[in-house]
Amino acid sequence: MSLINEAIPDPAVAPLSRLSSRVGRATAALLPPLTALLIAAVVGDLLILSFGQSPAAVFKLLLEGTWGNAYGFGQVIYKATTLTFTGLAVAIGIRAGLFNIGAEGQLAMGGFCAALVGLLLPVGTPAVVAIPLCLAGAALGGASVASVPGVLKARFGASEVIVTIMLNFITLAFLNWLIATKLNVAESLHTPEINAGAVARLSSVIDAFRGSAANFVLLVALAAAGYVGWYLFRTRAGYDLRAVGLQPEAAEYGGVKVGSVWLRAMLMSGALAGLGGTNYVLGYKQYYEEGFAAGAGFLGIAVALVGRNHPAGVVVAALLFATLSQGGLAVNAVVPKQMVDVLTAVVIIAVATSVPEVQRLLRSTVRGGAK
Amino acid sequence: MRKLYLVLAALLAAHVALLFVHPSGAQQLDTGAGLDVGIVFDLGGRGDKSFNDGAYLGAERARRELGARVRFIEPGEGSDREAGLRLLAAEGMELVVGVGFIFSDDLTQLAREYPNVRFAGVDYAVALDSIGNAIQPPANLAALKFREEEGSFLVGALAALVGDSKKVGFVGGMDFPLIHKFEVGYRAGVKAVCPDCEVVAQYAGVTPEAFRNPGRGQELALSQYQSGVNVIFHASGSTGLGVFEAARRRGKLAIGVDADQYAEAPGYILTSMVKGVDEAVFDAIKQVADGSFRGGIFQLGLKERGVNYVYDANNRALIPDAVHARVELLRREIIDGKIDVPSVK
Repeated sequence: MSLINEAIPDPAVAPLSRLSSRVGRATAALLPPLTALLIAAVVGDLLILSFGQSPAAVFKLLLEGTWGNAYGFGQVIYKATTLTFTGLAVAIGIRAGLFNIGAEGQLAMGGFCAALVGLLLPVGTPAVVAIPLCLAGAALGGASVASVPGVLKARFGASEVIVTIMLNFITLAFLNWLIATKLNVAESLHTPEINAGAVARLSSVIDAFRGSAANFVLLVALAAAGYVGWYLFRTRAGYDLRAVGLQPEAAEYGGVKVGSVWLRAMLMSGALAGLGGTNYVLGYKQYYEEGFAAGAGFLGIAVALVGRNHPAGVVVAALLFATLSQGGLAVNAVVPKQMVDVLTAVVIIAVATSVPEVQRLLRSTVRGGAK
Repeated sequence: MRKLYLVLAALLAAHVALLFVHPSGAQQLDTGAGLDVGIVFDLGGRGDKSFNDGAYLGAERARRELGARVRFIEPGEGSDREAGLRLLAAEGMELVVGVGFIFSDDLTQLAREYPNVRFAGVDYAVALDSIGNAIQPPANLAALKFREEEGSFLVGALAALVGDSKKVGFVGGMDFPLIHKFEVGYRAGVKAVCPDCEVVAQYAGVTPEAFRNPGRGQELALSQYQSGVNVIFHASGSTGLGVFEAARRRGKLAIGVDADQYAEAPGYILTSMVKGVDEAVFDAIKQVADGSFRGGIFQLGLKERGVNYVYDANNRALIPDAVHARVELLRREIIDGKIDVPSVK
């Protein structure tokens, strides 16, 4: 099956063959990442052997510590929740042709604003009021950081890659300074606990999850994934966004205001990343702590890439990377933590090279070099 | 498409084959009887040449001398700290150690959840209630705190006595209470032997980044040396490497912190104010082994050898005997309670 057929399904085909073409398309989409995962597994085997350990034992330990018991699975869910938000943030950017590397800073700002709202609300504010307000604060916080590259890109065509990555430093330094000098509890690097807006943990309903950080922000993450899917593929604005991402000049010729689409995509991206901060701040610790989800913003890029910038793919990819991260702790006794970091990197590289866009890019680079 | 299937099959076969390779030296997680100890490192992990490495050395010693089985976990992002502690506690370790003040909340919570497991927190920050009284940690949690101000006092006296200048310097990492302890003790030590000396104290910043900024450290140290300072004490993590570099360039002296940092700039390190993290961790494990472990807040000062300064073959030539005798006298007086070393600004 060629890429062209994948991209533009023929509306004239009969329902039955349409179904079979759907299955075919799904296999075609799934096979490359599956191959990539197997490559990663083989590299993982070799790495484990290089540490003189048995691959079967280590992989067993990794699975037992993650999907093998309720606590470990809860931790995977918790980590996947943050990664779903940052993955969606990066994915919606890429769909619009923007590379948002600023999710790290937007996530931190979102978490901080959620904590700030929670601290400003009086004690005893009912959850139905407090939680939406905190969530809104997080989304606004993230979006406000992303508005800078959004406006600069829309108005002046400034490279969002450079602006977002530099804004990470500014945002994090600003927040660290605020926490270190103004808002912290003595001898710590976190704010006081929020007065209202705490989200219940999953363990309050399902006792088996006791101790794990998994909480109901998970539902917000799933709703966000659903919304992004609906927005991208079922609305006119989403169609415009994808059109701009594929070919801005053509979209502009077709009457789409490219600048405002870019700005809107950037704001949505920032809001999604910002919401990611609530997983820790509202659901887990009830305070903002410096460096609370360090790396989750950057890992969001990998999540989006592996998830092929599709919301469902993002959720699956988030689960995959969350499993690796939690599994790393579980196998830390027999292999160094760096082994799992290397494994994560291998997954990213292997999957990335199987993504058609990246393949095309690589091929054109090779061809360009050969000239 | 067929080619892809072939690749897929080949990879799968390779993976399955490799799974069954069992190297002869493979470690078995043995769960038999014996002393099991789990340690969760602070971010930065092993190889930081101070804090985490100190805990590692203490645990290694316990492995050698007490036959303890030690497991280490290096956490990644924020939630990994609790997860690491919990993993170890759930596995039935006799003792779980969290290295660094950042573990304080998690340790308190887990000590309540696992009353049969013993916990120890290095540099544990004691929480205060609404009227400012210390909240005692649970009975199965030992809060290991160090009186850095006492060690700083002695190196302060040393700096003033050796420095041959009315100005002595201090470079701190992050400007916050934990580091103020070093500065306050150091100031008191300088004043004790040289009442009209001036202490130039500067901090590299107000965020944790300030502990990882050698460039800034060098800048601050160069300007201090320029203004007539001859000895600088740093309490600033790897920012201090910049202070040492400045000392080397100007031919002046610097004082290391946490561990013996002589090797970082041989000949330019007057001494180091060492924190006995290794001793503290070893002692905690030993207490668990012989059944004398108890919870509570432990302040480790000069008396308990929790803090000290380095005086050995490397730096003996830099410290005249009379000076050493005088500093040792001060040590006695602090231990006997004749000198009260302040710890807050």
